[in-house]
Amino acid sequence: MTNTLHRYGDAASFRDDFVVFAMCSRGKNDENAVARLRQFLEMALQFGPVNLGDARHGGALRPSRSMSPLAHWRRNTKPDFRAVIEGLDTATTAAAVFDNRPAAEDLMKAVRAADLGLSVNISTSIDGAEQCCDAAGLCRHSVGYSLGFEGKTGRLPNEDVLMLSTMCGHGMVSSSLAKKMIDWVKEGRRTPEQAVTYLARFCSCGVFNPSRAVRILEDARKRTR
Amino acid sequence: MKINPDKCVACGNCTYVCPVGAIYIDPAIHRATVNRDECVECYACFNGLSQEHLNPTLVRLMRKMFQAIRVRFDPEPDVCPTAAFEPEELVWPRVVRRAFSDPRVPHESTGIEGRGTEEVKTNDITGRVNVGEVGFTIELGRPGVGVWMREIQQMCWRLGAAGVSFESRNPITSLMTDVGSGTLREDILGEKLMSAIVEIKVPVARTEEIVRLVWEAEKELDTVVALGVGTRCGPDGEDHVLAPILERLGYKLERAKTNTGLGRITNRPAEARSSEVVTR
Repeated sequence: MTNTLHRYGDAASFRDDFVVFAMCSRGKNDENAVARLRQFLEMALQFGPVNLGDARHGGALRPSRSMSPLAHWRRNTKPDFRAVIEGLDTATTAAAVFDNRPAAEDLMKAVRAADLGLSVNISTSIDGAEQCCDAAGLCRHSVGYSLGFEGKTGRLPNEDVLMLSTMCGHGMVSSSLAKKMIDWVKEGRRTPEQAVTYLARFCSCGVFNPSRAVRILEDARKRTR
Repeated sequence: MKINPDKCVACGNCTYVCPVGAIYIDPAIHRATVNRDECVECYACFNGLSQEHLNPTLVRLMRKMFQAIRVRFDPEPDVCPTAAFEPEELVWPRVVRRAFSDPRVPHESTGIEGRGTEEVKTNDITGRVNVGEVGFTIELGRPGVGVWMREIQQMCWRLGAAGVSFESRNPITSLMTDVGSGTLREDILGEKLMSAIVEIKVPVARTEEIVRLVWEAEKELDTVVALGVGTRCGPDGEDHVLAPILERLGYKLERAKTNTGLGRITNRPAEARSSEVVTR
């Protein structure tokens, strides 16, 4: 899932960002995968994730196809984790996002004990992943490093915007919307918590980290960029 | 993607949510309009915006009234008030845009959503990248800039000339007419994508050569590149080989995805499945 690999930020900025995801490989371990992926998400739910998702249906906050005009005043901004688990109906990638390392470590221990047979990866800082593996008694099999962004980097937005928009590696969270939300928080038109719900609904696989996004928006509020 | 001008009320919400900035309010018609050349058919507008089904005439009237008295209307920023977006039936070669840009659509060649690649994340059961090998994921267009297929062609030709091995289970490779040289189908070169990953594998000794080759190729492109490099860890779970090379090249390694080695082959052998079908 390279959509979690190239998040913008230094290692310290990933202190509240741990994405654990499970997937199968076609023809190798995809028989009966749906039940095992659901089991993975059920296990994750016990450890207080900030988001859950599957690559086909999205995360715990989703857009509505028929929104009531009254929703502008009483919009539901609570993540629906149960809908993610029950909605997973195909062999895809299932992801759980945590904002603290102990929770990710606990999930890794539980997944190891359950022996689901799925490939399980953790995407975070290199040290953070090593610590999670150590805590669960796992030996890293393979590692994929992000070397960051190169080429015509002058076409990229500023760092705060990039930190927000790259939390959906598929590019569904646009940099324009991220910039707009930073501006709205600066103006006091929305709280960081409210602004984050708008952004999270665009992430199509549920790996957006609302907790980290709130912190980034709070930091950006006073910054001059 | 199309926006129905009879429904659009020019609220402007969609102009912000388009990841490549391809939506604008056309001053000639006072409606949101999609720049079809730049649109990558990612469906972020259609899938990501919540939809209301308000009466367009009524909404336009209210907007005009508010505007006349300089009252700022403050709607939710992630809503299309009149459900004006209408997906169109895409035909070849434009359909390639959606295949690479809408992450909910699985690639036919690999069956995987997103950019359609597994890289090292299933390496524990596929053995895609072995000890002494390095897998490169060279992603063009990310984040949020987009890339033309002709630019991907330039990168592939550079890599092909270096004699690298393109990953067979990769959507870009599946569009090549000559995998040896890295030549893509000519009829898709005018298509723009959100991003795409060129995936190759080389012996670890060629790591520096490939990185330098990518640096050279990047200079010719009008887009950004997100470079990922993966390898198999040693028996102790450590990477003593690749990381030192990358650090010597000036990279500061901050983030990685780590395959924890929990995957195993669980499918029954093909013979077992076929005999089960016969007995039924």
